[in-house]
Amino acid sequence: MVAYLIGRVLQTLLSMLVVISIVFVLTRLSGNPVNLLLDVNATQRDFDLLTRHLGLDKPLPVQYGIYVKNIVQGDFGKSVLSRRPVIEHIRERLPATVELGVVAMLLSVLIGVPIGVYSAVRRGGVLDSAARVFAVLGQSLPPFWLGLMLILFFGVILGVLPAGGRGGLQHLLLPAFTLGYFTSAAIMRLTRSSMLEVLGADYIKFARLKGLHEQIVLWKHGLKNALLPVITFAVLLFVQFLGGAVVTETVFAWPGLGRLILESITTRDYPIVQAGVLVLSALYLIGNLLVDMLYSWLNPKIRYRSTAG
Amino acid sequence: MAIAYPLDESAPTRRWRTLVRHVPLFPTFILALLVLTAVCAAFLAPHSPTEGDIMRKLVPPAWMARGTWDHPLGTDRFGRDVLSRIIYGSQVSLVVSLLAIGVAGTLGTLVGLIAGYRGGITDALLMRLTDIGLSLPTILIAVVLVAVSEPSFRNVVLVISLLLWPRFARQIRGETLGLKEQDFVALAVVAGRSSPWIISRHIFPNVVPTLLVICTIQVGYVILLEGTLSFLGVGVPPPNPAWGLMIADGRGFLATAWWISLFPGLAMLLTVLAVNLLGDWLRDRLDPKLRQI
Repeated sequence: MVAYLIGRVLQTLLSMLVVISIVFVLTRLSGNPVNLLLDVNATQRDFDLLTRHLGLDKPLPVQYGIYVKNIVQGDFGKSVLSRRPVIEHIRERLPATVELGVVAMLLSVLIGVPIGVYSAVRRGGVLDSAARVFAVLGQSLPPFWLGLMLILFFGVILGVLPAGGRGGLQHLLLPAFTLGYFTSAAIMRLTRSSMLEVLGADYIKFARLKGLHEQIVLWKHGLKNALLPVITFAVLLFVQFLGGAVVTETVFAWPGLGRLILESITTRDYPIVQAGVLVLSALYLIGNLLVDMLYSWLNPKIRYRSTAG
Repeated sequence: MAIAYPLDESAPTRRWRTLVRHVPLFPTFILALLVLTAVCAAFLAPHSPTEGDIMRKLVPPAWMARGTWDHPLGTDRFGRDVLSRIIYGSQVSLVVSLLAIGVAGTLGTLVGLIAGYRGGITDALLMRLTDIGLSLPTILIAVVLVAVSEPSFRNVVLVISLLLWPRFARQIRGETLGLKEQDFVALAVVAGRSSPWIISRHIFPNVVPTLLVICTIQVGYVILLEGTLSFLGVGVPPPNPAWGLMIADGRGFLATAWWISLFPGLAMLLTVLAVNLLGDWLRDRLDPKLRQI
């Protein structure tokens, strides 16, 4: 168990280092930032000065070392355009991304769990079949297209929900549904199979024999025990939402971190791109690590899992 | 985990035959249509996919007022025929997914075979690399990789392959571990065969069903990923008729010309749906063990 956890933590750190390296190499490959910063009338002297000022005259390994050191210290540099510290930009945008992720997760649990329970109880029924179609569709729908179609239907045709931007609850509904639709299908399937397993257990039969109301058997005795894998999974989903935020935020003009990254790619503001990718990846990797720890703690089968297979 | 293979020599042949007999109709039909469309795009498309008539911009689909059968699904803001662009767009989806799966599948299978067969430190190293690859946030890394390395057809394929190979490596390695313990491998070792010979003649043929299943399941994912990149403007560059690009093109015209975004999205949905259904079916038939992926 301890060895497994240490291995997992080390692996997360390594993954983070890989992300850092990818970002470093890419930004160096993408051309000299000095050219972007300087005016067309700049002289060679300006060029040299700025190169030295930015530390770009040093050998690459040294630059890499400084880069990693700064990141570890939480110093992401300054934005090329606004000249403000990158960390401020990130701090402004991150709450919106987290807000969207949380609401999307809640929404997919609220949709997925009840449908999952009912399709387990009425296996083969109309709702079960409908839920399966929903799940297969969920896997195949391009999320950005779904988002646009939702805007078209609810924003343009019906005119009941705003097409984009951040504001109250009505601004959240469409993006959260777009982000959570695919995963609510997954949660539904997981709840269904988990419920089916639990409902076959002896204590459920006993609860029914005792004469408990069927709804109490289902929701209290059944769901409570079936929910464990679902909750772990939901946390995992939230983590993935962070990684996929770029798409939904672009479609709905949602002022989050994903959109900031994409905007900064177009304006070639690479310090922001670097920091944004690093922050989102770090959240993603740490989230995954936490889920794994939680899961191994809850599930003895995993706790003693060998590295094989 | 070891797999029990029937001793009967003709079993695989029989398996393939029953397989072919029970092919699901809907997905096969859609995919056949897609391949046909992609191959015969030049004959099928009524107009050029990249050149439009600016005088006929934003023409609605044929069944609407102002619509014309000359442009059955309408035109976009440059007057380009939406149907023709969808037809040519199938080539982009098909070629990108075939190439990306080809590259990622080859690399992942090689890594999986070597790691599983060699074991020890080679296995440990390759699998850590695989785990790292699997742990990265795919879309985010893909967006940044393509954006910074300049969006192009080649870069899209390369980046998708780079992010996809660990999915193959992990499964193939698991299979190889089981196969390595089989008697026929032990016999080949005793007979003095070299490792490459054993891997290519004894192990690889036995992982082909699994490989086929992973390939099919990943095609849908690749099409969606390519679509996402193109939609975000960091995929296949314009004026190429990629479906993701077309959907992005229609973004500003949702209220007035919804058809620009709607139809390419439908094409993508149908394609991915067909691939996924076929993949699920193939998995249940060939390799039910894979059900968890």
